[in-house]
Amino acid sequence: MILTNIESVPGKNIVEHFGVVSGSTVRAKHVGRDIMASLKNLVGGELKGYTELLQDSRDEATNRMIAQAGQLGANAIVNVRFATSSVAQGASELYAYGTAVRVE
Amino acid sequence: MELIIFIILITLGYVSGTIVEKKHYRSIENREEKFLSLPAVTIKKCGPTTKKVEQVRLVSGNAVISVDYFKRILAGLRNVFGGRVKSYESLIDRARREAILRMKREALFSDVILNIRVETSSIGQDANRKKNIGSIEAFAYGTAVTYRK
Repeated sequence: MILTNIESVPGKNIVEHFGVVSGSTVRAKHVGRDIMASLKNLVGGELKGYTELLQDSRDEATNRMIAQAGQLGANAIVNVRFATSSVAQGASELYAYGTAVRVE
Repeated sequence: MELIIFIILITLGYVSGTIVEKKHYRSIENREEKFLSLPAVTIKKCGPTTKKVEQVRLVSGNAVISVDYFKRILAGLRNVFGGRVKSYESLIDRARREAILRMKREALFSDVILNIRVETSSIGQDANRKKNIGSIEAFAYGTAVTYRK
């Protein structure tokens, strides 16, 4: 599966469109990480736990999007976008969407 | 007693926050120099080139950075008088540059990164309930293109 966030796949032609595909996941952090984070909030610096958590969640959302595109018979997703929204205190939703296409 | 704890926290925040920030900026500048040969652009076309495209893929990088206690108090005071909140400016700047660097690291052997987007979101709201933002996430993504040699 080829992913791009531009309208085309450079070097290839789009032969078929399959419409929008998307994947999302809602994640919360566990208490241990919260405590570590609030300690880190005193001294400043990178919150590695959160960085990893968000990266994992985005991978998960992307994988769900790829699975959906695979079911449609697409071999590429163009114009991929990511969005983040917080649904509740301490939980956030990661959303990935794009257009599934077949390229040659 | 409470005042003593407050003063200790402020001093701790000031000292460690300054050290962490300086160290981080040094490392950011070093790595930015190293990646100068890999352009990351916001345009969507490869430009006039006769080279054949070998590989196209999505690359991304993110970073969550937090401010220290001292800066948060400082920003709280700023809210009273208004004006430029320098401590948060540097926080967001660090997070964005770090995210872009991580994206570039993922695209190490590519020739150009097209259409980069940087988005920010504030997270961990309940970890710092008293003051609004304390930590911010920057997420950068783009399309890495590798030409055939």
